Amino acid sequence: MTIEIKTSTLEPVRNTFANIERRFGDKPASRYQEATYDLQAETNFHYRPLWQPEFELNDKNRTKIVMEDWYALKDPRQFYYGAYVQQRAKMQEAAESSYGFFEKRNLADYLSDDVKNLLITYLIPLRHIENTANLNNMYGCAFGYGTAITQALLYNAMDRLGIAQYLSRIGLMLDGNTGQSLIESKQHWMENPAWQGMRALCEEMTTVEDWFEVVLAQNLVMDTLIFNLFYEQLDGKLAAMGGRDIAMLTEFMQAWNKDVSKWFDSVLKTVVSESDENKALLHAWTEKWQAKTLEALRPVTHELLEPAALDQAVAELEKRIKKAGITA
Amino acid sequence: MSAKKLNLKDKYRLLTRDLDWEYSYADRKKAFPYEEFEGIKITDWSKWEDPFRLTMDAYWKYQAEKEKKLYAIFDAFAQNNGHLNVTDARYVNAIKIFLTGVSPLEYQAYQGYAHVGRQFGGAGARVACQMQSIDELRHVQTQIHAMSHYNKYFDGFQDWTHMHDRVWYLSVPKSFFDDARSAGPFEFLIAISFSFEYVLTNLLFVPFMSGAAHNGDMATCTFGFSAQSDEARHMTLGLEIIKFLLEQHEDNVPIVQKWIDKWFWRGTRLLSIVAMMMDYMLPNKVMSWKEAWEVYFEEAGGALFKDLARYGIRMPKFVETTEKEKEHISHQAWWIFYNYGHAAGFHTWIPSDEELDWLSEKYPDTFDKYYRPRWELARKMEAEGKRFYSQALPQLCTTCQIPMGFTEMDDPTQIAYRSSDYEGEKYHFCSDGCKHIFDEEPEKYVQSWLPVHQIYQGNCGGASVEEVLRDYYKLNLGADNLDIKGSPDEQRWKEWKGVA
Repeated sequence: MTIEIKTSTLEPVRNTFANIERRFGDKPASRYQEATYDLQAETNFHYRPLWQPEFELNDKNRTKIVMEDWYALKDPRQFYYGAYVQQRAKMQEAAESSYGFFEKRNLADYLSDDVKNLLITYLIPLRHIENTANLNNMYGCAFGYGTAITQALLYNAMDRLGIAQYLSRIGLMLDGNTGQSLIESKQHWMENPAWQGMRALCEEMTTVEDWFEVVLAQNLVMDTLIFNLFYEQLDGKLAAMGGRDIAMLTEFMQAWNKDVSKWFDSVLKTVVSESDENKALLHAWTEKWQAKTLEALRPVTHELLEPAALDQAVAELEKRIKKAGITA
Repeated sequence: MSAKKLNLKDKYRLLTRDLDWEYSYADRKKAFPYEEFEGIKITDWSKWEDPFRLTMDAYWKYQAEKEKKLYAIFDAFAQNNGHLNVTDARYVNAIKIFLTGVSPLEYQAYQGYAHVGRQFGGAGARVACQMQSIDELRHVQTQIHAMSHYNKYFDGFQDWTHMHDRVWYLSVPKSFFDDARSAGPFEFLIAISFSFEYVLTNLLFVPFMSGAAHNGDMATCTFGFSAQSDEARHMTLGLEIIKFLLEQHEDNVPIVQKWIDKWFWRGTRLLSIVAMMMDYMLPNKVMSWKEAWEVYFEEAGGALFKDLARYGIRMPKFVETTEKEKEHISHQAWWIFYNYGHAAGFHTWIPSDEELDWLSEKYPDTFDKYYRPRWELARKMEAEGKRFYSQALPQLCTTCQIPMGFTEMDDPTQIAYRSSDYEGEKYHFCSDGCKHIFDEEPEKYVQSWLPVHQIYQGNCGGASVEEVLRDYYKLNLGADNLDIKGSPDEQRWKEWKGVA
């Protein structure tokens, strides 16, 4: 049996905002739609930026990519702020319980010095790469065009700060909350020859001017390679060394990578299908950054993983590139 | 060697700014290119004191809890026809102004903080700005969702983003934020974090949210409560930025003072719309604009500037004008809108007898003398079927872009006119404050997109005002504009409430 509460219905005058109606017709709209489309000012800017007088405040020409409608880059996850934080809060809750368990059972004590050293030398320094990813996604957010892509880039930037903080917490669990491991791992980042290629590349990326180029270099090329090497492949190595428990602490990163890949693959697909010019640009950028990133990763991968590791990561990247339709 | 356990402050430092490093391979100035052109001297970013310590995991958790509660209320509000609980149909016009005039500023804040959240070389400041950026995105989006239900039942909300880019009075808030965002990163923070969020926010955010609370608007009021803890964080950032700049180098003091002067005046002009909202648009009044100004600026702001005096910072220029303006500004602003009510995207009206008496009581020195007679005349004309609308397009102030309707504050019968010559052209201003701002940076303000000029130059579609309103602004004429009397809004309200 169902019970039915009688409510009074008033006939609405309209179903949604006029801009949403113009795009999708006169029907009720989703919260994602109302909170995304056409939010950014389009015209009649009052003053040119003192810091970039060659552009308007919001300007499509900050990238060579051309889109008829930048709102075509919608987010398949339909993340507006509320949906985003609630989704991440769920992931955070799971991560918190893993980190809590790891601490409560003092699992760090069961790790060999080899494993600890490996983490400090090769995993924790990733927090600096995440810091670069934060900057690059902020760059895209600030200089990108249209709320559809810029909000997703901001969520991504904040995620990267979050991941950098989780990585730092792993360090703090290893050193009993003294910060010693973070100091050591930063030393590796700053001085260890194996990392210098990557550090130079990270520094270079923050000087790239075209926002779509740097976002592509980061979120497609570097992320695919890094997540494959330092989470998937390193996972296996750690397990073999008796450091299987670390997987509890990197589960967030793995789940996160799956989530954002879905979004970014869809963005790339849309940009590629817009025009051959876009496709050619993405192709050229992908080749350029793939070559640079492989070069930079070679020394550190060589020390850390099997000889075939890099090829395996490249295969993963090529799969994504193909899936997005980025071809010559 | 056993190292000491970290305290919270050092731990937060490791989790944020320690992620950054000194560059060895690329030119750091190319990565953070905008830090120097304003003349601000930063000798040591490490002296930055984090204004709040919130890691991302905690941020996701707290904010998700807040969002869950907020959206539960929005759902209940829509399900129960919450719009029927507002005091009367007039109230809704206050939040039309909010959605078309203020929410787009939240959006610009999101963009502005994203920009400085990328560009500051100091990672501590950068992260604080990034958090404010995402908060501001939250605010614009939750405001849209709060107003979404009103849009279904009232006119004037439907094309808020299109309107913001075009409509004459909305160029006042738009140019305010364009001004801040087009400035350098440090001026942006002094403009928005300090002058606006810290000094003036209680005069923008609080009146609208309190207005909502006093007038049965559960959706807006709940948004306001939910945003409070975000706003508190933003205010601490405002205080930190000013202390940081002043402590970094003595050469920063005159630059910061110049920005405070500018943004204080820019802010008070922007707030004139809030002043009229408080005094004229809220059926249930919260307090008068004059009272709000006294409590939130003269008392609270006075104490703040006393604190800043030790750095060599004085009260903003033209503060003595505002002491006089608080008696007049709301009346003059509402009069402008009453005159141009055919060209506005919300309704206007003559205050009721009760409201006129309330105004007399709140403004004993000015209301009966200068403003009551106007409303009595307007009422007489309305009774004779001669509700008037000014057909001529007004001259706008080049700086604040408000029609030139404000008076000399020592002689409220005399419209104030100021002007400056720049490269062979004459520019007009509503006040000494606005003229001063222009004279400091004429090359910036000659760029202003002044709506009336643009209409005359044929850049806003048709030749007649009606065509501009209908085709360029996309107003639904006869529904969105004109007096509340006889409007579809009023008609529907009466039907819902079962009054003839």
